Amino acid sequence: MATTHVLPKLVGQRIKRREDPRLIQGRGTYVDDVKIVGMQHIAFKRSDIAHGRIRRLDVSVAKALEGVEAVFTGAQLAELIRPMPIGTPFPSPTHRAIAVDVVRYVGEAVAVVVARDRYVARDAVDAIVVEYEPLPAVVDLERAMTGQPAVIHADFPNNIALPQIASGTGVDASGKADDTKIDQAFAAADVVISQRMVNQRLVPNAMEPRGVVAHYEPGKGSLTMWSSTQNPHILRSMVAGMLGLGESQVRAIAPEVGGGFGAKINIYAEEYVAAAVSKALGLPVKWIEERTEAFVATTHGRDILGYVDLAATKDGKVLGLKLRLIADIGAYNMLLTAAIPTLTMLMANATYDIPAIRATLVEVFTNKTPTDAYRGAGRPEATYFVERAMDMLAAELRIDPAEVRRRNFIPSDKFPYATQMGAVYDSGDYEKALDVALAAAGWEALKAERDAARKQGRLVGLGLSMYVEVCGVGPSASLPTGGWEHAQVTVERDGRITAATGASPHGQGNETTFAQMLADQFGVPLEHVTILHGDTAVVKQGIGTFGSRSQAVGGTALVMAGARVKAKMAKFAGPLLEAHEADLVFENGIISVKGLPTSGKSFKDVASYAYVPVPLPEGLEPGLSEEAFFEPKNNTYPFGCHISMVEVDRQTGEPRLLKLVAVDDAGTLINPLIVEGQIHGGLAQGIGQALIEEAVYDEQGQLLTGSFMDYAMPRATDFPRFELQAMVTPTPVNPLGAKGVGEAGTLGSTPCLVAATVDALREFGVKHIDMSLRPEKLWRIIQGGRA
Amino acid sequence: MIPTGFEYERATSVADAVARLRASNGAAKLIAGGHSLVPLMKLRLSEPGRLIDIARIPELCGIRQVGDAIEIGAATVHHDVATSPLIATRCPMLAEAAAEIGDPQVRNRGTLGGSLAHADPSADYPAVILVLNATIHIVGPGGERVVQAATFFKDLLTVDLDPQEVIVSVRFKPVVSAGYAKLHQRASHYAIVGVAGVLDIQGGVVRSACVAVTGASTHAMRLSNVEHALAGQPLNDESIHKAASIAGAGVAVVNADVHASEEYRRAMIPVFTKRALEKARARSSA
Ligand SMILES: Cc1cc2nc3c(=O)[nH]c(=O)nc-3n(C[C@H](O)[C@H](O)[C@H](O)COP(=O)(O)OP(=O)(O)OC[C@H]3O[C@@H](n4cnc5c(N)ncnc54)[C@H](O)[C@@H]3O)c2cc1C
Repeated sequence: MATTHVLPKLVGQRIKRREDPRLIQGRGTYVDDVKIVGMQHIAFKRSDIAHGRIRRLDVSVAKALEGVEAVFTGAQLAELIRPMPIGTPFPSPTHRAIAVDVVRYVGEAVAVVVARDRYVARDAVDAIVVEYEPLPAVVDLERAMTGQPAVIHADFPNNIALPQIASGTGVDASGKADDTKIDQAFAAADVVISQRMVNQRLVPNAMEPRGVVAHYEPGKGSLTMWSSTQNPHILRSMVAGMLGLGESQVRAIAPEVGGGFGAKINIYAEEYVAAAVSKALGLPVKWIEERTEAFVATTHGRDILGYVDLAATKDGKVLGLKLRLIADIGAYNMLLTAAIPTLTMLMANATYDIPAIRATLVEVFTNKTPTDAYRGAGRPEATYFVERAMDMLAAELRIDPAEVRRRNFIPSDKFPYATQMGAVYDSGDYEKALDVALAAAGWEALKAERDAARKQGRLVGLGLSMYVEVCGVGPSASLPTGGWEHAQVTVERDGRITAATGASPHGQGNETTFAQMLADQFGVPLEHVTILHGDTAVVKQGIGTFGSRSQAVGGTALVMAGARVKAKMAKFAGPLLEAHEADLVFENGIISVKGLPTSGKSFKDVASYAYVPVPLPEGLEPGLSEEAFFEPKNNTYPFGCHISMVEVDRQTGEPRLLKLVAVDDAGTLINPLIVEGQIHGGLAQGIGQALIEEAVYDEQGQLLTGSFMDYAMPRATDFPRFELQAMVTPTPVNPLGAKGVGEAGTLGSTPCLVAATVDALREFGVKHIDMSLRPEKLWRIIQGGRA
Repeated sequence: MIPTGFEYERATSVADAVARLRASNGAAKLIAGGHSLVPLMKLRLSEPGRLIDIARIPELCGIRQVGDAIEIGAATVHHDVATSPLIATRCPMLAEAAAEIGDPQVRNRGTLGGSLAHADPSADYPAVILVLNATIHIVGPGGERVVQAATFFKDLLTVDLDPQEVIVSVRFKPVVSAGYAKLHQRASHYAIVGVAGVLDIQGGVVRSACVAVTGASTHAMRLSNVEHALAGQPLNDESIHKAASIAGAGVAVVNADVHASEEYRRAMIPVFTKRALEKARARSSA
């Protein structure tokens, strides 16, 4: 009989991330650490103009350089692979992995070099001569919509990628709109707030740039790819499709992935090209993105212009909301590009019970890097537009910003709540989140502090913002890839547990949270659980990581598979313990009969028995390995409230964040420490967007903030200590009750900081300021101008 | 971000570095911290065939007192200047400026000599070196020469230094009543405007003042109109305010970029001049 050593329950505990020691010590294996004998290096010649026709492309000198294996132009590549596919059902122009005749943004590839090493590859890139006939660069979004100064894709007049679509009150499934209700709401209003707002373009800037190794083995006819991606299974399917291979012939591996923030969901030209080139040459090839490439060749985020109209009574009760969205999607549609702004429409209801909402969306091509998902992906934009409008309403009516929100919340007894926008919010208690935040921040005391500072001539302001987001994405009906997640759990012969998950973490800590759940489920130590991910040969199926879905969807699949193994294990243990399987408990490494803890068999012994089952219990197959697919019935809708205090330097216009309180409700928390880490990261990026981050293009379509010397990234020293408080409203959508938290921090923080800054500058009569809150912009307001 | 191929060697002494430079016939470049040179090489804006590393030459490193002067070796890193007790007590403005350079990585690698030789228009040290009336000690094929800070900075990225020469050290008389104030560019943390000010005060009256600005124009420069306005004045809020308010008025070319327009930069020169002078004044009475 085994001796009992009591194991603590791990779910809900602040366990340190198991993956960190190896990452911190430089022992992780990233794509660039993968080396294959005979491997060649590829580099891309990229357009340095925003829009132009290729008149001459001379690769002869490059090809002749010693150490150069091959050079492919766009036209040559086009014979090897199909045009770039997208993942949304929207119209899209032909997009070649390497431009064939016209370049449409700075950074678009025009040729690819294969060479002995990176130095030679880069020398060869420099030796390629391209002559362009320059075409006018389409940079200004609203001018672009008039077809000026040029039309980027011949089949898309006026650069309209997606002609206006509508959703919300009075819009039927076919998109036909009846304006009666929305018109009535505005007709009945005492006040209407109208504001044009820009949610600016951002560069995602993962710490690890993208990279890919492609190894086609002609003998086997199979391709193995390592890529810094968030979704190896989607990569596999798409690369197979592009190359005309079967999915079973392609293995995709996402090794350690150093962040992605959504920008590594897209399957990129470089991945297809590397695969095609490896297959054509029969050689393994590697491409590692340079940081300067990452600024222009990896998708950007946000860039949505919003015209917001909010109708309300004089008591601050919102009657109607109109949101007219225009998205600058850059030069092409990428995997999810077209769908991201639709999430802004979806979340236009925010946390409020608004009787009539109309959102419209137009997507527009410009000569800029294409956009796609970036942490929050459409929801921060919605939050920003609605919360800014609520603040303007509060200011207009001279009502406390907390109070105006309180008067409009969806009441906690109305969940599940069907919004005007077609979402069904699963669970929530928004007023409680507000109250918790107000108490945590000491709202009234903060107001007094602000007023006292103002008396000394300081420019201090307070901001408050609610948010609700859509996470745990989602039912298969909402995703072309399918919305489930897959898992396989195996209890090995020695009692160790191997679990393979289709969620493909890129830094979130799922190796820890997933192991916590399984350790509890089986009553074994955390160290006995190994989480495998990111390899299509190891994880049979999967969708990947995005939409804050890993825990809610992937985690659920895992415990479902775990439950199946456990049930089978109980069938093996039952006869050994002469007990009914339903009476067994798995605890402290022992399987025992309920109420008789000393009666048990060790977990390990039962596992061994299952693999050498003599005798084999009636009706059982040997072995302990089960899988599961979890298809959620709905998304989840986490929510929260953020409060901030900002001071602006009267002389220089520099804003400084003095305080940030964040109350976040992500449902049940598996590991509060990791959740806080996720919130900190999201806050950093949200604060970064509000204060300093900005992809600025000039009139020629050149990215002026194209390096870390000019694109400001937030640093720890830019922040006060974040004051976090968790609230837990479990979701009924999955058995864990977990909603998702990866993106939350980016939602509440941007409107909250802008609100605080506007409040700080109230004496200058300003009502709204577009991000980023550049010192010069604020200085001009102080000088008496306007933002 | 991939430089052209190059050779790398490490010099053991200043004489060795000079000899190696000369032997290379212009193909070689010195490298100290590499925090200005390597970014240029990665962009292929600089393509030296050989690098001669001088960062570990003992005679180039360290901070010493020499009589009533302080000497800082050219390869001394910013962090060492920022944290030197000698600098902190005798010349706090210099420590203050060094501590505001870039970020910890830059400060742990970047050197004083490299900063002066590179002479980025937004670098911090040049303004401080100017107001300290420092001398720059240089060794080349023809031996040693000494250049006054006032004549060292010539134009955009241009200084009085031959490609065959090595900056060995910087010497100056330390002064306590001095301050440095800087508006950070928010990405690189270089100075959008940085002002250094030294006040020589006797009996509450400014005997003389030295004020210099960096970041505003092609290179760091003295603000002589501010210096004149202060000289002979009683030191008080009003005199500082008055003198600072004309700061930059005589600067003909003012930079403009994505971070700050010319108008904003011009407006910031008086603001940071005032802050630098207020620090100097506070230190003078401490
Ligand atoms: C992200 C970032 C932020 C920065 N922020 C700031 C900032 O806020 N403020 C600021 O002032 N600077 C800043 N810098 C620049 C930094 O201070 C550099 O370190 C410094 O300008 C150059 O010193 P170095 O030793 O690195 O020189 P290197 O890069 O090694 O050399 C620069 C040039 O000087 C020459 N050189 C070096 N040493 C000598 C010598 N002894 N004699 C003759 N020639 C020599 C080299 O040949 C080369 O041409 C920043 C740099 C980076 C990368």
